[in-house]
Amino acid sequence: MIRRRAFDVAVEHHGGYLIQACSSADILATLYVELMQLGPGADNLVPPRFNGTPGTGVPEHWGGVYNGPDQPTYDRFILSPSHYATAVYAALIETGRLSSDALTDYNADGTTLEMIGAEHSPGIEVTGGSLGQALSVGVGRAMWRKRAGHTGKIWVLISDGETQEGQTWEALQAAAAFGLDNLRVLIDVNGWQVDGPMESVMPVGCLRDKAAAFGCDAVEVDGHDPAAICAAVLSADRGKPLVIACITDPTTGFPALKERDDAQTHFVRFRPGEAEEYRRSSPLLVGVGR
Amino acid sequence: MTVTEFVERPFAKALVDYAGRNERVVCVTNDLTKSVEADLFRETFPDRYFSLGMAEQNLAGVLSGLAREGLEPVYPSFSVFATRRPYEQILLNIAYPNLPVRLIGFLPGITTPGGVTHQANDDVALMRGMPNMTVLSLADATDVETLTGVLAEIDGPVFCRSPRGNVPRLFDDPLRFGHARRLSSGSDLTVISSGATTEHSIRACAAIGDAGISVSHLNVSTLKPFTDELVIETLANGAPVITAENHLRSGGLGTAVAELIADHGLGARLHRVGIRDTFTHGGRPEYLFAHYEIDDVAIVNAANELLGSSVQFESTVAGGPRRTTLAASVNEGL
Ligand SMILES: Cc1ncc(C[n+]2csc(CCOP(=O)(O)OP(=O)(O)O)c2C)c(N)n1
Ligand SMILES: [Mg+2]
Repeated sequence: MIRRRAFDVAVEHHGGYLIQACSSADILATLYVELMQLGPGADNLVPPRFNGTPGTGVPEHWGGVYNGPDQPTYDRFILSPSHYATAVYAALIETGRLSSDALTDYNADGTTLEMIGAEHSPGIEVTGGSLGQALSVGVGRAMWRKRAGHTGKIWVLISDGETQEGQTWEALQAAAAFGLDNLRVLIDVNGWQVDGPMESVMPVGCLRDKAAAFGCDAVEVDGHDPAAICAAVLSADRGKPLVIACITDPTTGFPALKERDDAQTHFVRFRPGEAEEYRRSSPLLVGVGR
Repeated sequence: MTVTEFVERPFAKALVDYAGRNERVVCVTNDLTKSVEADLFRETFPDRYFSLGMAEQNLAGVLSGLAREGLEPVYPSFSVFATRRPYEQILLNIAYPNLPVRLIGFLPGITTPGGVTHQANDDVALMRGMPNMTVLSLADATDVETLTGVLAEIDGPVFCRSPRGNVPRLFDDPLRFGHARRLSSGSDLTVISSGATTEHSIRACAAIGDAGISVSHLNVSTLKPFTDELVIETLANGAPVITAENHLRSGGLGTAVAELIADHGLGARLHRVGIRDTFTHGGRPEYLFAHYEIDDVAIVNAANELLGSSVQFESTVAGGPRRTTLAASVNEGL
């Protein structure tokens, strides 16, 4: 359903971040449904309109409330690559944390449901659109929670492209140094970035091995297998940050994505009639009329 | 004013032409090759193209290394990733050694829907604050097509804000380093604009002119150094001045003009149209220009305030249909 919602958004808005939803849908579903202890979400399932950036004097909204109360006993979820926002909005809808028609406002002027989320957007806790920075914020939160003895954990989803930024490794280095076993980092290893396959743009090698070398408890799992993701969390080492490299296929649910030109995949815009082909060939949409 | 001609991706061709004339030109990208119109360069000169991935701080150091090898590296990116992210690396490894690196910043200011992370509202301020750095701001397709003629004249580092995609043509004559363009002459009011606000200013000035007010309108493309005789002469007539920029009111064109007025003891009243001291959010550029009051309407309002006039003006942009130039940034992958 996360994938279908992202597809509808991409069709309706003449373009969208579809492959990100296709690769991360099972990770997000597993996090929201099985793993995170979030507590109740926002009272108002209909997100408010944009009413100012932080510090501008108007009561501003924080998207984190959709992920539950900001209290030391509850977990927090930080989405780092903010261009994945559509997938998070869809996950919130599917878990009853956001009204089911919220996406009709998607990316409209003056809405908080922006294409690239900021921390006023539902479910977005840190403004992460300049990639490779939000993991450090998660490290800071986890660091204090560990020192203060708070039980709520910090979950951070990052993209594989973000591992090209040096700051990602500075963050893991610090997380390991402080033994942050309350920090769980999931990497959506979809192998993709704007210019095409990561291998052709700037290879990053084996992320599990790299994270392990940085002192993390690092595992690699099939990112479309919720049981495997849960098992990795259950068997995590004490005293180390956990890094789960989730190997994913960004064409999951829409095999027609495989046929796209490399430079047209990161952000999918349909030619006239193309969306129909996608619908016809998608196993997600068999028997679904529209 | 209606723009009658648009040019598709003028930077792509200008860069390739430049590299054809100058074999020292190499191009480096941060995983945004097509979005910043460097794909044609990659195809044409694969041996002079480098994909550095999404790692801008390292990339800036690499630019320095390439320049120290005698090359003229061009780094086209979104303006935030060409300036803010690798700021200190640029300052110490490019500006300080005065190397001929060309930083091209697309989607400047609020011409992108990407929100605060993608909106370079401070890029001119950041780059003006760097000794040795030349700062340019392009307003139309002719500017983009003739940029490389100016680059060839400059030995040190250059930062250049540029439009991309489907770019309107406003001017016939080529870009000139250190020289503003005069778009109209008049004695009641001076409007000095730069970049995307120039189109807005042309519309605003037409409305102000129709109301019988005579306006001098200058378009500034060299923001640093800012020693242009034409600007100083125009300011010297003492008429109130409006500056218009797609940037914070502080640190950009408005500040540069204020400094010039003060330095030359000109005493002209100044109204700076620009983004107030606030962060911005995402949305269509037309909406954002109106919301943050840097559009044609804001310029007319500024004139009314300065002159006590009551020029009526209804924007043709804000509520109107999506224009191709701006919608391109909405749709093209960020
Ligand atoms: C610091 C920074 N540099 C460049 C960009 C432009 N950009 C947006 S998404 C992206 C690709 C990053 O890789 P990934 O998140 O793995 O891409 P995806 O899997 O979504 O295609 C880039 C380079 C950015 N947002 N931030
Ligand atoms: Mg990726």
